[in-house]
Amino acid sequence: MTLVYVEYQNGALTEASQSALSVASMFGGPIHAVALGSADAEVLKPYGVEKVLHVADDRLNTYAPGAAGKAVHQVISSQSAETVVAASTASANEILARAAALGDWGFASACTELSIEGDAVNLTRAIWGGSLFQEAQLTGSPKLITIDPNAFAAQQASAPGAAVVEEATVTLDDADFVDQLKSVETGEQQGIPLDSAKVVIGGGRGLGSEEAFAILEELAGLLNGAVGGSRVATNNGWRSHSDQIGQTGTQIGPDVYIACGISGAIQHMVGCKNSKNIIAINKDADAPIFQRASHGVLGDLHEILPALIEEVKKVKGV
Amino acid sequence: MDILVCIKRVPDTGGRVNLTSDSRQIDTSSMEFTISPHEECAVEEAIRITEDQGGEVTVLALGPGGTTEQLRESIAKGAAQAILLESDDDNWDAYATAHAIVNAIKDKKFDLILMGNEAADMGQYQVGPRVATMLGVPCATGIKALQFQDGKAIAKRQDGNDWAIFELPLPAVVTVKEGINKPRHPSLRGIMAAKRAPLEQISMEPPAPKMVHKRLKLPQESGGQITMLGEGTSAVPKIVETLKELGVL
Repeated sequence: MTLVYVEYQNGALTEASQSALSVASMFGGPIHAVALGSADAEVLKPYGVEKVLHVADDRLNTYAPGAAGKAVHQVISSQSAETVVAASTASANEILARAAALGDWGFASACTELSIEGDAVNLTRAIWGGSLFQEAQLTGSPKLITIDPNAFAAQQASAPGAAVVEEATVTLDDADFVDQLKSVETGEQQGIPLDSAKVVIGGGRGLGSEEAFAILEELAGLLNGAVGGSRVATNNGWRSHSDQIGQTGTQIGPDVYIACGISGAIQHMVGCKNSKNIIAINKDADAPIFQRASHGVLGDLHEILPALIEEVKKVKGV
Repeated sequence: MDILVCIKRVPDTGGRVNLTSDSRQIDTSSMEFTISPHEECAVEEAIRITEDQGGEVTVLALGPGGTTEQLRESIAKGAAQAILLESDDDNWDAYATAHAIVNAIKDKKFDLILMGNEAADMGQYQVGPRVATMLGVPCATGIKALQFQDGKAIAKRQDGNDWAIFELPLPAVVTVKEGINKPRHPSLRGIMAAKRAPLEQISMEPPAPKMVHKRLKLPQESGGQITMLGEGTSAVPKIVETLKELGVL
């Protein structure tokens, strides 16, 4: 039996969980789902889910990784699940890691490919921020797996399942909620957010100073874009870390990314690989970014950007 | 407050990666090594906490002998001592790693264990929560702000524009993300002192992982061809033209 740990957001089954449900059929045998707190079983039917193990503890409606991990551990054990699948989200990875630790089980996170070989599962995982892949084999039972939702399309099953709801009996003490989410401080968005901007202007080592970012701000203002920086720029304190584009920062996906004075380290490129177009401005013809960019300009950004700003102003009539 | 920080030695990959002939590893023959970025911030956070509140920082790493370089760097910055769980084996999954850490610290007492949210290389997102669960202590992950109040850790995780707040009684495990602080550079005096600092080195038995490492694979090159728009300011008209074509101007 394959058990899928499903997540809901504002009452709706997440798209990532739909991908996880779609993967479950490859393991053969019945598909069951485990859902915590308030959960809608009806939406699981199209994915061939036969049974929904529902942990009806309202305390789990507020994020509580310790308690959730313990509940999932108990459901996996009581149902003798052979394979457990979830989407590779921060919350599911945390909860499954805690369940795995309680059961001393193996857990492969962020899988992009899966195949079955006898009692083992051969898998490919995204590593180094997705710039490289690891091939590995998961053994033992149960096997815990989270999948990269971008690597598996959500697909409904050929035949719907009954999604019969069964209340799962789990024992959770108050102490299991010791690391539950306490509160949420809401912040205000300032300017255009990097991760949803249509145009992003990025600056790296070639900027040379915090002050030099003013020129990027001016261009971003004209193009209705956001400004970001490479890890070099944020480590040097030229830019706040919240503006970092890269593996340890923000992942961007704009229509146009203008990368200025950025060599193209892997750490940075995994953060901007979803850009539809990358215009690289760099004075080093051998910079790796020219291997990945769609458009390139060879030269000094400190000369090119002011001239570009003047031209853009003319076009816009400002 | 006595703090344990778990770090990992990873290659400083730069712009291009090649694999070893057996494809099991990144070819690091022309690479430097560094502390995985989130963990570099964990070391910094631990040193700042002990500077503020007293106590000692112990740094622990699981890895090959060369990892002493990253441990000594941490001592140079202000950690009091370091433990190396030495193994050349490349087959440590999160399960085996968590067991090795828990086993190594079972006779020691820490008020706080800091780790990175995920290692830069393998990114398993598991070792912190696993260690916390095995020790039976609370855990918060992906933390970008950490304070202490009435014997509790107030840990904040960024979620878009919002901050999710956790209050953990100590001892606890907290995994942090880059951005929580800006790591310092070691002082010259620190570097000199760290050279002589004693390191506890424990040879590790080969692990019996649940997830067996086979090989690494490079992504398929997208094969996209770059269009050069020119050199210097003479390229500006073509940049403008391109921005118009792409519908952003």
